[in-house]
Amino acid sequence: MTSTAPDRTADATLLAGLYRRMYAIRRFEETLLEMFSQGLLSGTTHTCIGQEANAVGVIDNLDRARDVIFSNHRCHGHFLAFTGDQVGLLAEVMGRETGVCGGKGGSQHLCAPNFYTNGVQGSILPVATGIAMAEKLRGARAVTTVFLGDGTLGQGTVYECLNMAALWSQPLLFVVEDNRYAQTTPRELAVAGSIPARAEAFGIATEALDTTDVLEVREAAGRAVARVRETGGPFFLVLGTYRLSPHSKGDDVRDPAEIEAWRTLDPLRVAGSRVPEAERAAIEAVCEDELAAAVAAAEAAPVAGAAA
Amino acid sequence: MAAGERCAQVLNRGLTEAFETRADVYLLGEDVLDPYGGAFNVTRGLSERWPDRVITTPISEASLFGVAAGMALRGYRPILEIMFGDFVALGFDQIVNGISKFREMYDDQVTLPLVVRTPMGGRRGYGPTHSQSLEKFLLGVPNIHVAATSECHDLVAMLLDAVDLDEPVFLIENKVMYGRSQRRPVDGRIDGLRCVEEPGPFPALTFSGNDFGPAAATIVTYGGMLPLVLEAATELIVEEEVFCEVVALGRLLPLQLDPVLESVARTGALVTAEEGSLTGGVGAEIAARAQELAWADLRRPVRRVAAADGIIPSAPGLESARLPGVRDVMDAVTALVAAGV
Repeated sequence: MTSTAPDRTADATLLAGLYRRMYAIRRFEETLLEMFSQGLLSGTTHTCIGQEANAVGVIDNLDRARDVIFSNHRCHGHFLAFTGDQVGLLAEVMGRETGVCGGKGGSQHLCAPNFYTNGVQGSILPVATGIAMAEKLRGARAVTTVFLGDGTLGQGTVYECLNMAALWSQPLLFVVEDNRYAQTTPRELAVAGSIPARAEAFGIATEALDTTDVLEVREAAGRAVARVRETGGPFFLVLGTYRLSPHSKGDDVRDPAEIEAWRTLDPLRVAGSRVPEAERAAIEAVCEDELAAAVAAAEAAPVAGAAA
Repeated sequence: MAAGERCAQVLNRGLTEAFETRADVYLLGEDVLDPYGGAFNVTRGLSERWPDRVITTPISEASLFGVAAGMALRGYRPILEIMFGDFVALGFDQIVNGISKFREMYDDQVTLPLVVRTPMGGRRGYGPTHSQSLEKFLLGVPNIHVAATSECHDLVAMLLDAVDLDEPVFLIENKVMYGRSQRRPVDGRIDGLRCVEEPGPFPALTFSGNDFGPAAATIVTYGGMLPLVLEAATELIVEEEVFCEVVALGRLLPLQLDPVLESVARTGALVTAEEGSLTGGVGAEIAARAQELAWADLRRPVRRVAAADGIIPSAPGLESARLPGVRDVMDAVTALVAAGV
């Protein structure tokens, strides 16, 4: 973790806002896992518990009216940070007609204006590259952000797309969320060499940081987004993080002591400890109310395919 | 159409017209820039006129399908040239998990107007990895169109129809076809055969040697196999006085079955002929459906003519032994006749 912390007193409102969005994502996903364990949900899900600072910190820099995101299987945080649409996502995961994709996509196949996700590792990078091309051709000065993980680095399309994005100078921000594990496989068994050096080899500007502090993520991503917007070319941002939740639902084989040690760097704890307690409690209460309302709305929605 | 114009030139005219009429059309592919103009010269002249809209790419087929999909998701109409149909195999994740999925799994929030053009087929000695007819693998992919060009089809219209469609279209071309002259019906005939063309995009063509009089069988085929089947049908008339109807499909997916069933209702027997390998082929799908839908019309089991399963060898003698020829088509029909059709 870096020791140079930005001046936090300067923008308490900003921090409180970021904390609120991270808390909402956390509680949303905890609720999903609870619903799964109660048998209320079918299918699967991949939560980003522990990684919320990335979604919130990166996306706070984007312009929702023109910028585009392509995310992966672990996409709820990105979706919620970008759209704020808890009901649409919950209804989607619950298989309701009012889900963002009418229940057809489920947890990892989402679509909203300027936002897409898909479930195959490496599959999304080429499409994001094409989107960045299209937006540049249109002259939109849009930044297209593609989220990938350390596990995705095993896919050849990553390197094809780094090559094309550099070659054609596409406004594409690669965000690698390095959470140290590809499902259950530790990074050391899957990733050789340096992660940033992969992009540097293509002449792409990179920044790597190891932090769960949402303000630090936000600042670094702000530099990255500004650079993509100014140059119209790619940027490769590597965010070291840790997933506190299992890969999916109950499939965790990591040492519980290791997970416990990482809890001290839980992004909610890191940010929340700097928000005055009364304000934090108020934020959390509002989030709980919103979540309860979202659950009620999604539960009340018609089940997709029920009429058939 | 200029007399004797080669199919590659006709396709080039179609591309030119697409570029002239639509500003949202872009072309991506390997070695597509002038002066080379693509491995089979189909894109020649485009990059000189539209340098910003013709994009030569690295050798990255696994990604290129997705790049085209991304452009299509955001309002452009990319045409992706895949140099050899064999290389479609590299793009299958993008085809199956992206291109096939986006519109439906995103609940119709998006459209995907893209065209993939690629040549299939052997008979040029290119060997096992540059000679295959892999379109059968696309038949199991939902939400895409697979159109099959032939030298008897209106190639300009097919290309423009593919570009205009708001859905992904795989336009299957053929390497031998590129160098052959386009042969369009004149007064409803091609080389003495009556030829009836369906209305609409990617039409089927139905041929008859006796003005749709009594015929022993229907032969359904497509693409580069068509000239061989027409030759077989003509030879059967000359050698055996056996008349067949020939249906040349313009579209394999969604499967264009009506012209086949209509012909089978007249002839009572069906032979499928394709250059791809036998197992799990286009003919297998047609046969399965024909037996469901035309059982009452069929007097004999459907016979399939296809390449033998296995590689396509390079040496000319080995290659032609592996690929279906005129004689194989004739034999399939005469076997039906001998069995009492």
